[in-house]
Amino acid sequence: MSIDLMNAFIAPLVIMVSISLILGLVLVIASRFLAEYGPCRISIKGNKDVEVIGGETLLSSLFENKIFIPSACGGRGSCGYCKLKVTSGGGSVLPTELPYLTPSEVVDDVRLACQLKVKSDMEIEVPEEYLSIQEYRAEVAQSISLTYDMKELRFRLLEPETINFKPGQYIQFHVPSTNREVVYRAYSIASLPSMAGELELIVRLVPGGIGSTYIHNLSVGDEVTISGSCGDFFLHERSSCDILLIGGGAGMAPLKSILYSLFEKGSDRKIDLFFGVRAKKDLFYLEEFERLAKEHPNFTYTYALSSPGEADDWKGEKGFIHLVLERHLKEGEKREAYLCGPPLMADAVIKVLKEKGVDPSNIYYDKF
Amino acid sequence: MDLLTILIAAVFTHNIALTYFLGMCPFVAVSGNLRTAMGMSMAVTFVMSLAAAVTWPIYHKLLVPYDVTYLQYVVFILVIAALVQIVEMMVERTSPFLYNTMGVFLPLITVNCAILGVTLFMVVRDYSYIESLIYSFGSGIGWGVAILAMAAIRERLRFADLPEGLKGAGITMIIAGLMAMSFMGFAGILNVH
Ligand SMILES: Cc1cc2nc3c(=O)[nH]c(=O)nc-3n(C[C@H](O)[C@H](O)[C@H](O)COP(=O)(O)OP(=O)(O)OC[C@H]3O[C@@H](n4cnc5c(N)ncnc54)[C@H](O)[C@@H]3O)c2cc1C
Ligand code: FES
Repeated sequence: MSIDLMNAFIAPLVIMVSISLILGLVLVIASRFLAEYGPCRISIKGNKDVEVIGGETLLSSLFENKIFIPSACGGRGSCGYCKLKVTSGGGSVLPTELPYLTPSEVVDDVRLACQLKVKSDMEIEVPEEYLSIQEYRAEVAQSISLTYDMKELRFRLLEPETINFKPGQYIQFHVPSTNREVVYRAYSIASLPSMAGELELIVRLVPGGIGSTYIHNLSVGDEVTISGSCGDFFLHERSSCDILLIGGGAGMAPLKSILYSLFEKGSDRKIDLFFGVRAKKDLFYLEEFERLAKEHPNFTYTYALSSPGEADDWKGEKGFIHLVLERHLKEGEKREAYLCGPPLMADAVIKVLKEKGVDPSNIYYDKF
Repeated sequence: MDLLTILIAAVFTHNIALTYFLGMCPFVAVSGNLRTAMGMSMAVTFVMSLAAAVTWPIYHKLLVPYDVTYLQYVVFILVIAALVQIVEMMVERTSPFLYNTMGVFLPLITVNCAILGVTLFMVVRDYSYIESLIYSFGSGIGWGVAILAMAAIRERLRFADLPEGLKGAGITMIIAGLMAMSFMGFAGILNVH
């Protein structure tokens, strides 16, 4: 009986352990001989060469050498931001890149850096503005909860001490991870360029999210690494056209930066802010905007709740933000629109704007 | 049961996608475009055959003698996952062409239920080694036939005026249901269990 019992426990244990061991061993050996490609040289046109160990993606290889390519999706191949021209050593385009490349880009050797692996020497072209993206060390100076899942964080830059950016742009947050690859996530800057030694972010907690959980758990004094600034979504300061700021979800940060820098410059452009959230518990910055609207006659703001709770007692606008916008916006007004929010919201808003006669070249957006 | 019967059964009458509704996630996700569907079906056929070829000896020569067949789920999943990873590295290293056409899909299907399903059916139906190979290869082809048909339909559907909410996954599920019903027509050809 006792021997049977022993067998009943030991046989499966031994079999499981030995199978796992053998598989693990085979995998280690295979990856040593199959997945490593030895040292490779990446030549950046008009700039330096970098030496990397082949086998990783081009994006993370460049990242390790402090060359920061915008990559909003963190290398999952779902944002299409990490496009680079690869003139030699890239092989042919992968099916996972195709959805983000136009036919003319394919002809032009444009590739997604996060999908392409470095397996041989390469020649690439990196746009000037990417090379000016720097890495910063910063320290958490303040962290405030705006709602149950939104936090406003203020960072003091340590090294270098100032950052250059345009209102609306974003930085990449480096999230420490256990394995070799860096995890990075994009967060828009909410503060003003004039406070160059500080950065403010507004971050929504995505349940189970790697980046947002890390940021929400930071406390004052913690040190972090970021790189920036990136993005072609920013305020066009030369124009004098009246402005629409439209956002939803986590999209407040860039709009705040744009709004405050307009006030700072004493601009008399008319500014209307539309912001959509789900319910009353998601609202923030109400008092602040109320105060701003009193101080600045050229500013109005409208919040809309898409699904207010029973107990919410909300007198303001209800419904999706694009429908609210449709009701408020007059046909044929000349406007410059900046919008920021989830892709579905952005698409719906863009459609409404076009229908109301806003010139498509005056619509700027960031979807996330 | 002769081998031809097993093959035909696996492709048509007992189609792994349309009679057992296994492997639905890639079926819905990559059936939008004929070229990617082609790559995917090649990858699935390849991995299924390989999985059966490797798990059969492990089951019959290791798990059965030691009377631990209940370990089959864990062991099969482990073995298949490791195997696919190695094959992916090999393909990537040796053949850029193959890697481009099907290699990139390999990681997507390592832990796919259709693959595990085939290896488990192989055990349940008590197939011999040769029968298992034929069966798994046929199942792969059958899955491929189903997804290619779906991709062809969806490419045409692009011009159809669908209600907003049905676009994408919604209409794909409905079509899969209709296709499954038409595949039931094959059931009369032969009968295996
Ligand atoms: C240009 C740009 C600017 C951005 N600015 C901001 C900003 O100012 N504030 C801010 O909070 N975020 C911003 N984001 C989004 C941010 O970069 C991350 O995508 C987000 O914080 C989730 O990352 P994570 O690592 O926490 O989640 P992950 O670990 O990447 O994801 C965890 C899970 O959540 C899902 N998921 C990921 N993102 C979302 C989402 N947005 N909603 C619902 N589910 C999701 C994933 O599919 C996954 O299943 C911006 C993104 C871009 C591209
Ligand atoms: S980083 Fe998003 S597609 Fe490459």
